[in-house]
Amino acid sequence: MTVNLLMALMPILMLSLTAVVLMVQASIKRDQLVAWFITALGLLLTLWGAGYARDFTQPVTALLIVDDWGLFFTTLIVTAALITLILSRDTFSTEGERKEEFYLLLVLSVLGAVVLIQSSHMVSLLLGMELMGVALYAMIAFPEKGQLSLEAAIKYLVLSACASAMLLYGFALLYATTGDLSYGGIGLKAILAYQQNPLILMSGTAMVVAGIGFKLSVVPFHMWTPDVYEGAPTPVTGFLATISKGAVFVALTRFFVEGQLYEYHSLMTALAAVAIASMLVGNWLALKQENIKRLLAYSSIAHFGYLLVVLIALAHESAEATLIRQAITFYLTAYILTTLAAFAVIACIAGEDESKNQIAAFDGLFWRRGIQASSLTVAMLSFAGIPLTAGFFGKFYIISVGIQSQLWWLLGSLIIGSAIAIYYYLRIVFAMTMSAGTATKGQCSASSVAQDVLAILLLILVLLLGSWPQPFIEFAGQL
Amino acid sequence: MVMVNLILILLVGGVLALLSERINENMPRKIALGIVVIDLLYFLNHLLAMPEFNQLQTPLVADPSTWIMHFKADWIPAFGISIELALDGISLLMVLLTLVLGAVAVSASWTDVIVRRGFFEANLLWTLAGVLGVFMALDLFLFFLFWEVMLIPMYFMIAIWGHENRGYAAMKFFIFTQASGLLMLVSILALVAVNHSATGQWTFSYFALLNTPMAEATSHWLMLGFFFAFVVKLPVFPFHTWLPDAHTQAPTAGSVILAGILLKTGAYGLIRYAVPLFPDAAMEFSYVAMALGAAGVVYGAVVAFAQTDFKRLIAYSSVSHMGFVLLGVYAWNELALQGAVMQMVAHGFSTAALFMIAGSLQERLHTRDMREMGGLWHFMPRMGAVAMFFVVASLGLPGLGNFVAEFLVLLGLFKVDPWMAVIAALGLITGAAYSLLLMQRSFQGDLNPKLADHGLVDFGGREMLTMAVMMVALVGLGIYPQPVLDFAEPVLQSLLETTP
Repeated sequence: MTVNLLMALMPILMLSLTAVVLMVQASIKRDQLVAWFITALGLLLTLWGAGYARDFTQPVTALLIVDDWGLFFTTLIVTAALITLILSRDTFSTEGERKEEFYLLLVLSVLGAVVLIQSSHMVSLLLGMELMGVALYAMIAFPEKGQLSLEAAIKYLVLSACASAMLLYGFALLYATTGDLSYGGIGLKAILAYQQNPLILMSGTAMVVAGIGFKLSVVPFHMWTPDVYEGAPTPVTGFLATISKGAVFVALTRFFVEGQLYEYHSLMTALAAVAIASMLVGNWLALKQENIKRLLAYSSIAHFGYLLVVLIALAHESAEATLIRQAITFYLTAYILTTLAAFAVIACIAGEDESKNQIAAFDGLFWRRGIQASSLTVAMLSFAGIPLTAGFFGKFYIISVGIQSQLWWLLGSLIIGSAIAIYYYLRIVFAMTMSAGTATKGQCSASSVAQDVLAILLLILVLLLGSWPQPFIEFAGQL
Repeated sequence: MVMVNLILILLVGGVLALLSERINENMPRKIALGIVVIDLLYFLNHLLAMPEFNQLQTPLVADPSTWIMHFKADWIPAFGISIELALDGISLLMVLLTLVLGAVAVSASWTDVIVRRGFFEANLLWTLAGVLGVFMALDLFLFFLFWEVMLIPMYFMIAIWGHENRGYAAMKFFIFTQASGLLMLVSILALVAVNHSATGQWTFSYFALLNTPMAEATSHWLMLGFFFAFVVKLPVFPFHTWLPDAHTQAPTAGSVILAGILLKTGAYGLIRYAVPLFPDAAMEFSYVAMALGAAGVVYGAVVAFAQTDFKRLIAYSSVSHMGFVLLGVYAWNELALQGAVMQMVAHGFSTAALFMIAGSLQERLHTRDMREMGGLWHFMPRMGAVAMFFVVASLGLPGLGNFVAEFLVLLGLFKVDPWMAVIAALGLITGAAYSLLLMQRSFQGDLNPKLADHGLVDFGGREMLTMAVMMVALVGLGIYPQPVLDFAEPVLQSLLETTP
């Protein structure tokens, strides 16, 4: 192992270092504020590390690959973690309890996500996913006061374990047929293996995809999503929706492209069915939700259905690989930023008070907290894909890719899904425009200036990415 | 740059109006009116200063340098998206209509809106900016952007200041337009992709996309995507169901803008995009479109006849009148197209005025139910006379703009398909029936004793002035329509040449 390799691993090293420092600090003097600052500093150093590692892009052992694409998502995810950190300061500091372990869990989970993003081998895929997942169970259950979060954590734990088991069994089957566990190796050897033993190979891939699909919560692996979204503390929900899902999707894309899964017709048909079901079911079930976190849970199911369209488009020979990569980069970035914007507002307005997670609690928000309401409105419009927002350009990419690959059924579902989605996104906007006569007033805790600044920042980012995307498109094109 | 400024003035004006509420709550409406008038004067001033304006040449559809104005700047070069605006005779008429009716809408909101006036006027100005963008954008991406974005302030206007059932109406309005808009987006992107595979270039420019070679089946599907988006907006039977709700529930200024201007974006889209981009497919489709138009004319008129809600009746009459526009566009000869353009302008004024009258009645009586009206002329003779004028304008009395429009459409249509013209002419008869019924139930007939103690106030100076503007416009259009026809003629000539 040369120094060069270590340089390439800089983000991972920085995160590990932060975790170690946090543990040492906890053994010397337990102090929440100090832990918070150490975490913030560690994440900032990781950001620097991700920039630094750009000069050393290379495969690191058989397990990891450090490339510009992965480093960009590392940066994005660490930024999201920083925002989660800012949000969780409000949530966890008010109670006067010792909560510094939360930050340790956060760092470990981010570490898992970064490993996942850079994985090029089944082992690192599993390692990253489990590290991220195990830390997340604890984070979901962290408030230790409500039954809801415990229930959510247990649900997530049990179902995650099932998914991991499925994943492992899939690995075994893949190994049995191809004799390799690296993505690239599978890609090379699977075609031959497919001729000899198509059934086992296909069941293996299907199980791996199902295991990953569980983490992405696409239909029919979506059952846990609303309960976990609802039960988890709001910043953790944001974390789950952005970092966890984003990292898993990046890993899925790598597996898909390197493993050349798009060559298998039956798998693509199954995936298309999953995508269509996710778009329609996710949007349909979101319609009747009264709890905004549950609503966003269902909406995220639909969004990952949209994203799957891009992967399916790979199968068509007229597809342009660069456009598809750009589409994934753009959509995921837009989705993560928009979700962060939404959860920043929800964390501010609703906090941990269950009753305030109802849409009714947002009544008249425009006239009470104009900035927060504007930010949430922009986030909803971005989710709905209205022009000038990041979400629109993401959808623009997906439709372009879909047209090039002539996926008419998927595009049809996308349109129907989006049309349904407008209803529930607008419901939230409409609630915020009502006159605030009888509404229970949602209040922010003391640091409301910081919350407003954060809201404005995210609002500007979402709008900027949607109205002046050229620099980002150029950047994404080089990844 | 002039066209960019036109939009920017409205956008910035909206922000000013929003902020000025903090100084004085009567400030926003004054600022809004000032901004719209400044915008109008700025536009006129620039137009009249143009030397070539007096000798309009026939613009070539595919050559922007022959248009009155053209502006292009790069925006997202990665996809060949640019900020491309252009103006020809038809867009010019629409821009003028938008700005004049914009001023009328501000006047309509003068006393109607009592809460959050700053935000209201801001939304009004932003809607106008979006509509101007739709009429001037010649880059398909930019066009789609304006098409969608103008919905948001309109949505807020209905959802916040609307009447009793505003949430439902606003939602329905948004979903209908957005969903059909998505179909158009897919069509736009597919058209661009077809062009990309033919030329190897990404471009969204209208001028580059005209004459894109494509398979017959492809052009049919793509044309349908555009057609749906535009006929939902127009609206055409059976896609009209959002309109009665949205128009009825919107605040008066919102109804004025919706009926006066927003509906015209659909008609404009048909003339500008749906036909010229896919000439063969559109011509083959024309009988279906005309049948829908004729059905809309009759259906709208019959349903209007059955309404008891003042605003709903006008809303359904719009469905009927917009049927004429669809007929005119798809008859696709010069007379019929002239009629369609004329109808767009004339209907804009007459309906806007009727909605203002409805708004004034609601403000005074707190109801729109015509069964609770009657004999209002007695209390408000000025309003009654004005209403009479616009009602007969709307039913197509010779000498007023709407007559010229409908007459031209029927004349052009008769050449293409006499029977269709016969059916459409039935709409004129029913039109007379529901229009006069409206007048009779509300302003004439027996005096409703309950109304006596409402302390009814007749139209004041501001209202009369606003109405006078529209009356002059309609009389002008009716007696001397030549200027409008002259503006539209060269454009229509060149558009007609795009089809076989």
